[in-house]
Amino acid sequence: MFPAMSSIWEYANPRRFMATSAWLLPWVTGLAALCLIGGLIWGFFFTPNDFRQGATVKIIYIHVPTAIMAINAWFMMLVCSLIWLIRRHHVSALAAKAAAPVGMVFTLIALFTGAVWGQPMWGTWWEWDPRLTSFLILFLFYLGYMALWEAIDNPDQAADLTSVLCLVGSVFAILARYALVFWNQGLHQGTTVSTVGVGVAENEGVSSVFLYPMLTSLAGFVFLFLALVLFRTRTEIRARRLKALIAQEQMA
Amino acid sequence: MNVDLGQYAVEVLSAYAGGIALLAGLIVASVLRARSVARRLAETENRREARTR
Repeated sequence: MFPAMSSIWEYANPRRFMATSAWLLPWVTGLAALCLIGGLIWGFFFTPNDFRQGATVKIIYIHVPTAIMAINAWFMMLVCSLIWLIRRHHVSALAAKAAAPVGMVFTLIALFTGAVWGQPMWGTWWEWDPRLTSFLILFLFYLGYMALWEAIDNPDQAADLTSVLCLVGSVFAILARYALVFWNQGLHQGTTVSTVGVGVAENEGVSSVFLYPMLTSLAGFVFLFLALVLFRTRTEIRARRLKALIAQEQMA
Repeated sequence: MNVDLGQYAVEVLSAYAGGIALLAGLIVASVLRARSVARRLAETENRREARTR
């Protein structure tokens, strides 16, 4: 067990973060594997077909969790970027950097599974619908954010500029979430998945035979995101130390 | 158990195959980079210790 923390800011110390994440990582990884494999097997093998959508409803177990996490990953990066901008904690900036490729892949999976679901249901792979378009722009923001980190050699300056880009991109993360509310048009349906019953009209929500495996899979994607971010942040902290040591060597 | 994909077998299977392949690629890339960074860091730290000794 790790000792009790007096403050959350102690994790801003890289040594503290390395120690705690090493302890946490196997548990989070185990939970991710359990929920993700369990949820997907449950959804793929043990749920009925929808009376209208047939077997395509099985795509929901990947499509909805990755789309939700694509947006929430960006918000996690936003919080980390704000912590960097305000309190200058390096671990926070590195956690945002580590999360970006994970969010990018989740966005790509959501777009891809949406296209192969849209083709049989809507008769088209792609439509310039508000929600689809804002997800595509969110995907491009992920690429731009990752490219900006690579483009700037000074790590603090890279953290500053990527943090500002993250603030700007948050507009599209919000649009991706609420595009249907802002513009009541387009092909994509409104939300039918809500654990608190907000935004879903009575009898319009997803039936519980589909909802429970979907929520299991969602928990799997949440833990997978956490595990990958912890793992990749550890790599970024090591890479930062490596860079500093090499700079020292060259000075000597 | 229901694996009757009917006329949508191609769509459903390609969604699962594509999604799982992308996740696997992300995990493999993360592990490979972690290993490479950890190895280079260990080498550099060893060099540094050898110098200061």
